[in-house]
Amino acid sequence: MILLNEDTKCLVQGITGKQGSFHTEQMLQYDSNIVAGVTPGKGGQDFQGVPIFDSIEATKENTNVNASIIFVPAPFAKDAAFESIKHLDLVVIITEHIPVHDSMEIMAYAKDKDVTVIGPNTPGIISPKVGKMGIMPTHIFSEGNVGVISRSGTLTYEVASQLTRAGIGQSTCIGIGGDPVIGTDFPKILQKFEDDPGTDQIVMIGEIGGNAEEKAADYINANISKPVVSYIAGLTAPPGKRMGHAGAIIEGNVGIAESKMKALEKAGVNVAKKPSDIVELIKNI
Amino acid sequence: MKFFEHDAKKLFKRNGISILEGHVAYSPEEAMEIATDMGCPVALKSQVLVGGRGKGGGIKFADDPDEAFEVAGKLLDMEIKGEKVKHILIEEKANIQEEFFLTVSIDRSSKKPIIMVSIEGGVEIEQLAITNPEKIVKYHINPLEEFLPYEAREIARKMGVDSSLISSLGGIIWKLYNVFDKYDAQVAEINPLILTEDGLIAADAKLEIENDSLFRHKDLTEVNSFKTKEFAFVKLDGDIAVIGNGAGLTLTGMDMIKLNGGNPATFLDIGGGASENTIKKALNLVLNHAPIKVVFLNVLGGITRADDVAKGVIRALDSSKRKINIVIRLTGINEEEGQKILEEAGIPFEISMEKAAKKAVEIRNSLVE
Repeated sequence: MILLNEDTKCLVQGITGKQGSFHTEQMLQYDSNIVAGVTPGKGGQDFQGVPIFDSIEATKENTNVNASIIFVPAPFAKDAAFESIKHLDLVVIITEHIPVHDSMEIMAYAKDKDVTVIGPNTPGIISPKVGKMGIMPTHIFSEGNVGVISRSGTLTYEVASQLTRAGIGQSTCIGIGGDPVIGTDFPKILQKFEDDPGTDQIVMIGEIGGNAEEKAADYINANISKPVVSYIAGLTAPPGKRMGHAGAIIEGNVGIAESKMKALEKAGVNVAKKPSDIVELIKNI
Repeated sequence: MKFFEHDAKKLFKRNGISILEGHVAYSPEEAMEIATDMGCPVALKSQVLVGGRGKGGGIKFADDPDEAFEVAGKLLDMEIKGEKVKHILIEEKANIQEEFFLTVSIDRSSKKPIIMVSIEGGVEIEQLAITNPEKIVKYHINPLEEFLPYEAREIARKMGVDSSLISSLGGIIWKLYNVFDKYDAQVAEINPLILTEDGLIAADAKLEIENDSLFRHKDLTEVNSFKTKEFAFVKLDGDIAVIGNGAGLTLTGMDMIKLNGGNPATFLDIGGGASENTIKKALNLVLNHAPIKVVFLNVLGGITRADDVAKGVIRALDSSKRKINIVIRLTGINEEEGQKILEEAGIPFEISMEKAAKKAVEIRNSLVE
């Protein structure tokens, strides 16, 4: 497994909010290691036995936390992200609709501090063996040796549930986020799966918009020896229209599904025509 | 949120960038009046939000007020790429010595703002990137640092302009970046920036504010009557409506329809955590859209609960006047409850997305044209 493992001790920013409290409960039910929550002004209280602190610095004085999951609403998410980047090693930003200018600042700061940011606008990370830092339904995942990376939430669920039903478990599944500017792109995750002894095969799910898949193809060609199976959504999407995700838009000649599929095939990746082909391709490796 | 040229120019001017003086006309009579007041010749520019206005014949000139009347009439009768021209901007016709290109946008892969400028103005940047890529100067901004005027002058120098222009051109590049930064823009662009005897002037202006930042710019959104939407909806030209939860899954639903030989009529992403009412609204939208023959509803609930979806479906079908074939794929959170609700109402459903897509196309093909 990668990123989220036995050593991950996570705090929840925005634990007392509607989203934060609901998903903290879900994460606890899945036995995830949630050590604290942060809500300024509510320090000293607790949520279902999880202690709440006023700041991350206060949390660090009392626990050995090293990761954060952010549910803070978009207008305040930049502040929350900077606070966690300053103090921790891994930050998952679930929040949707963060202004892209804020995201650019967050990612520049994370790069300076050498901190891994996943998201924003992501379902998060799940390592079925140890827990989740995310909002995904857990019953469709199972423990195993396939690593999954995706730009899309529900499509990850689709693929994971098909894998699970076919008896193929997952080491870690990561949604990198559907926004135009995200913290961690495909190559960094691909490399982590390459280096992870618990991962034997990789599933990469892309979609129209930008050139992240083309860049991933180059990276796979040069650096990845484990078999990669891929699926790209949006073959039938028209140009110039934002297809749900802010990042899913064909602009000029950039972002077309065919170009992504071609680049991946050229890099030796098995490209599935439909999600169910992923299961077959994984089985046949 | 995109701005019309004349609105963008107002904001540019407010931020110290010189623009051509102009006025907006909604009728040929107004155009004639403005042309008389301003003095001819004038340029008449249709105000649309789509690109490619020049090529589409949306910019014309007039040598006297009568011609302005006639030309305005034609422009106001036009559609450019499907967008009706409702008003035109009338400006003095400038005496152009040189044309430059300046744009600031977001570079997704480097996660930074990027300034792109060229000594070759007036052409599309995509075109220039193919024909003369060496004539484009690119400069990334560190989002954590202030962009300083000397950097802008350096960009101007690298464009290859005459030394006498470096200060004024650098000044405009600096101001354009500040517009981009201040208004949380997706893109801020001047093409062309023209050199006249009066100096450097923005002859065109493009500004798009990034939608997720609009809460910080309420003063501007009121001007533009922008509405936030409940779901992501794109109309397509087929006859099978595709509805799904989540962008990736909805896109895949479309692809599966096509793979089976069908044609999607919509991309309709109900998003995460859609309520019963959202489902009903989404279905109503497609049920009342005449070209649609079959509806393919594809839900794998994560935050969205399958029982809410089932209830919404029943409410929409009950209230619909039109009888329509609907293929439902329903799994995920609370799937047993959701499936039971559909069963009790006698509505069939599928578990597999791919089977459901195939079935939707088969039903479409079985209908008599």
